[in-house]
Amino acid sequence: MTMAKTGEAGLVKAGGIFRRQIFIPIAALLALILFNLITDPSFFAINYSLNSAGDPVLSGYLITILDNASELAILAIGMTLVTAASGGQDISVGAAIAISGSVVLRVLCGDNPRPDEMQASILTAFLISCVVSMLFGAFNGALVAYFNIQPMIATLILYTAGRSIAAWINNNRLPIISDPSFGYFGSFLPGIPIPTPIFIAIICMIIIALVLKFTTLGLYTQAVGINPNSAKLNGINPSFIKFITYVIMGLCVAVAGFIKVTRFSTINYSVVALDIEMDAILAVALGGNALSGGKFSMASSILGAYVIQFLTTTLFKFNVSSSALPAYKAVVVIILVVLSAPTVREKLGKLWKNLQHARLGKEAA
Amino acid sequence: MEKDSVLEMRGIYKSFYSVKALQNVDFTLREGEIHALMGENGAGKSTLIKVLTGVYAKDDGQVFLKGHEGPINIKSPEEAQKAGISTVYQEITLCPNLTVAENMYIGRSKGVITKWHQMNASANRILESLGIPAKAEQQLGSCSIAVQQMVAIARAVDMECKVLILDEPTSSLDESEVAKLFRLMLDLKARGVGIIFVTHFLDQVYEVCDRITVLRDGQLVGEYAIENLPRVELVSKMLGKELDDLSEIKSGDEEQKISNEIVYDAEGLSSIAARSPFNFSIHKGEVNGFTGLLGSGRSECVRAIFGADKVTGGTEHMNGKGVRISKPRDAMKHGIGYLPEDRKRDGIVGDLSVRDNIILALQVLEGFFGPISRAKAEKFADEYIKLLDIKTASTDTPIKSLSGGNQQKVILARWLLTNPQYLILDEPTRGIDIGTKIEIQKLVLKLAGEGKSVTFISSEIDEMLRTCSRLIVMRDGKQVGELSGGDLTQTKVMSTIAGGAK
Amino acid sequence: MKKVLLSLLVLILSVSAVFAQGAAEASGADNGLIRVGIINNDPNESGYRTANDADLKRVFNEENGYDASFYYSLRNDEQIAAAQLFIQDGVDYLLLSAAGTAGWDSVLQDAYDAGIYVILFDRTVDADPSLYVAEVVSDTNLQGQTAVDWLASQNLDEYNIIHIQGVMGSSAQIGRTTALDEMVANNDNWNLVTQQTAEWNAETAQQITQAVIDSGEPFNVIYAENDDMARGAVAALDRANISHGVGGDVIIMGFDCNKWALEELLAGRWNYDGQANPFQADTIDGIIRNLENSIDPESKTIYLVEQGFDATTITQEDVDKYGI
Repeated sequence: MTMAKTGEAGLVKAGGIFRRQIFIPIAALLALILFNLITDPSFFAINYSLNSAGDPVLSGYLITILDNASELAILAIGMTLVTAASGGQDISVGAAIAISGSVVLRVLCGDNPRPDEMQASILTAFLISCVVSMLFGAFNGALVAYFNIQPMIATLILYTAGRSIAAWINNNRLPIISDPSFGYFGSFLPGIPIPTPIFIAIICMIIIALVLKFTTLGLYTQAVGINPNSAKLNGINPSFIKFITYVIMGLCVAVAGFIKVTRFSTINYSVVALDIEMDAILAVALGGNALSGGKFSMASSILGAYVIQFLTTTLFKFNVSSSALPAYKAVVVIILVVLSAPTVREKLGKLWKNLQHARLGKEAA
Repeated sequence: MEKDSVLEMRGIYKSFYSVKALQNVDFTLREGEIHALMGENGAGKSTLIKVLTGVYAKDDGQVFLKGHEGPINIKSPEEAQKAGISTVYQEITLCPNLTVAENMYIGRSKGVITKWHQMNASANRILESLGIPAKAEQQLGSCSIAVQQMVAIARAVDMECKVLILDEPTSSLDESEVAKLFRLMLDLKARGVGIIFVTHFLDQVYEVCDRITVLRDGQLVGEYAIENLPRVELVSKMLGKELDDLSEIKSGDEEQKISNEIVYDAEGLSSIAARSPFNFSIHKGEVNGFTGLLGSGRSECVRAIFGADKVTGGTEHMNGKGVRISKPRDAMKHGIGYLPEDRKRDGIVGDLSVRDNIILALQVLEGFFGPISRAKAEKFADEYIKLLDIKTASTDTPIKSLSGGNQQKVILARWLLTNPQYLILDEPTRGIDIGTKIEIQKLVLKLAGEGKSVTFISSEIDEMLRTCSRLIVMRDGKQVGELSGGDLTQTKVMSTIAGGAK
Repeated sequence: MKKVLLSLLVLILSVSAVFAQGAAEASGADNGLIRVGIINNDPNESGYRTANDADLKRVFNEENGYDASFYYSLRNDEQIAAAQLFIQDGVDYLLLSAAGTAGWDSVLQDAYDAGIYVILFDRTVDADPSLYVAEVVSDTNLQGQTAVDWLASQNLDEYNIIHIQGVMGSSAQIGRTTALDEMVANNDNWNLVTQQTAEWNAETAQQITQAVIDSGEPFNVIYAENDDMARGAVAALDRANISHGVGGDVIIMGFDCNKWALEELLAGRWNYDGQANPFQADTIDGIIRNLENSIDPESKTIYLVEQGFDATTITQEDVDKYGI
């Protein structure tokens, strides 16, 4: 108590970092970076070379991480909004990706699963798949918002039926697009050395940032998630807000599904984006967002998605025995989730403060 | 420890970061005594109780409990309960989706096996002996708030406590229920239980209490026997200043300037909650009110006006023009604001900042594509924090961490910011300290003076008499009278509420 | 709330049933046809399963003297319930591709008691062999051995292998892994650069391969336990401009003989594809014909003939005939 006032305030502020939401994904990311830096600094090397089509490409673990996290980051956007507004999660995104991807291929292939040339423009196919995905999102949203069904149960329907619907859309055949321009979206645009999915993810982030800045979506979803009664009495329509978050989720699914199918120019209905909903939910949780809804930090969720991919790639790199891989992931996840618990962060903040006090005390002495 | 005391707290300190919530506070509770703990919001009452019940760890000081050697250290509410300290909080902390009996016995069974039949039977016995109109098997959520509160008390009473803490237990009870509660308190007192009674109702303090401890700004002002502390002195001790007489808020001679202009009127309005159609109108610059017992339908009427419940019939006019208000947004667009009865359930958005809570209604009016910039929001928030003297660490502080009175002020600020021509305030003074109560009443009159219309609802009739120029009296969901001018007296209001039988 | 949940459940079941073309399809009257109940996994599960289902439908129809009912599910308990229905229905033969190996004893006993012949196809179960007349299955160990023998015949100086496994514990994974593991253990010039599961998923396979490429470790063989994963690995190679296939730096091996995979072989971009034969219907048909004439099958376990295709010898006819 004898300490100068300014010093005190500064310390409280420094301790406050631990209470900031974005602390968890940043700390996790730093830990992973540090781990890789110590074990093998070449992890961070980025190479410049030509790919088999003769175009310049960048490669290296970092590029791989950024590239492969794209779908997850996009889904984290939708999942964050859904979680905030409805206090529950959409578990159908993996199956919905199968549907959206299947729609893209169906439109491009027409009735022939192996067309020599595409039957429609890629843009048309993408837009149609957006509409279809948003309709499925609207279906989920209607069940949650207007029929008051718990999100996990409501989306269980699509989770169960989605992959069969995806197969049915293509008459259960396996469409393959041979036109290389389709593959550009899942790999590289000619002449541009950075994988296209990274750009797509960045565009999505910019769009959501603009939406959150130039509309009241953020405030409304949070108000609805925290106290729907109060939101209603302030003129917000809570059901509609919940509904719209699921439609937005549908749009995110369409974009992620598009990236997925362009990566290989084909689809495997039963395994495409398998379990990706769990990673998306995890990204939201890692971002320190309450899964019971309410306040959210979009940046933290998106960062959470990159942390998950960073972890996955690190584990691949270290050649973790295949059957043990999920176990390692689980352990890391447990640590991160425990760290993100408010009580733990509060304690960390205190610990930090005490440490600083001790250090300053020593310096003074 | 003194011979007849059951609880002694000595030199209690507690601070949250830089805020010193309690400083060197002493408190003594004697056997068979009802002891009022008084103070404004933020005086430290709640903190003291939470230290006592182990919710917060004290920074310094000692607690002695009868039957324990030396100071004891209570680390959790569960330990407090085991030591014989039971608490009934202002906000209901029971589980609405469990039955009444389950709520009374939850977390108390010693074994793993629960004997449902036995539990229900003994719960029914207690409920009956206390005259609580609830059945053991009933779901708690289906009971009225008042009954839920009484169940909470029944739960505490049944736990054979030595110290019973009642934190604002009467704020949602009507008079007959309060009387029942008081009978119960006196009964317990006769059995030697020490009762700590926290309330904002001065009448009630003087009705049942033996002793008063007054706190102010986290410090002990003093402990007094009830007969040695007249009301005016108590209030001045709580506020720390001499108080001009409350009744002077509205000076009798100065008539409110009410124009003939009708701002809002409704004919045959009904909603799914307010089933019997009613007529209502309010003039420019008028303050009127709905009064009646709890559950008489007064809140349902104003909710119908605001479109908060589904409107089922009637015609409405704003400034003479026909309007259709079917949802809150419509009402807001026509310049109506509504501060709801249940602040926690319908008013605050707990996790959001004070700033976001203040701008919320205005933001909705501005529309989905017109977000208020951070700088502007900050300006609005600062303005109203200053104007209403809202005590908050910053505009970024989550509203839920503010005291009740300050939360209420934030909600008030929210509606004032929309600059409504007609403001409905449903129980704006419930559960808040006397200083804030007066401030709010003054504000209401000031708004009326500026030409705004206000409908004011309060359970405290004298509050209504002080502010309203016209009272609509409700009973059993129907309007049973309208009083104004010379009829605005306590007795007249009471007799109208009670009805022709008297 | 209960009502809502219930109706929801009904909705889920009916939706999934419609899209899985579930519920046994019409069983006809007794008109001299042999009545068979066929329980299979969902044909949407994979291209393999689709081909398997189509093959069964090609053989078990009225033209060939069968009155066949189909039931599809990926869930063991649903399959068991369907089997009980077929038994009550009094079918002559029960053809079963079980979703899980356990829990079949009592229902197979019921079938046995009712005099119904049970023939397992594609997948085996943990039950007393006396309860079924035959099992027509793939020898996944042989699939693996054939592939590894082919790889050994390439006579490389050194084998640095990226081994991408299927879902751990599945019979295809075990069989295809075992042969390779043995070879690596017994030969100093055979090394596993990495051995990880991609769970039949192309994208995961791509990431695993990418991780090896990023690490800079040398490799010259990709041994992927199905075609999808091989495709994923190849995508990673293409990005890094690493040549593969006939005459390339890296040998690409896949399994299942998807038509598109065989075309990759034909184009010389892959080197080897091992067959997992989904065409079991003719063999089963033969067993039933014999049983109708009171001739028991020669042995309880009948392995399908499965071959491996080499990019240098594969023909368009092979693609058309064996591609699924």
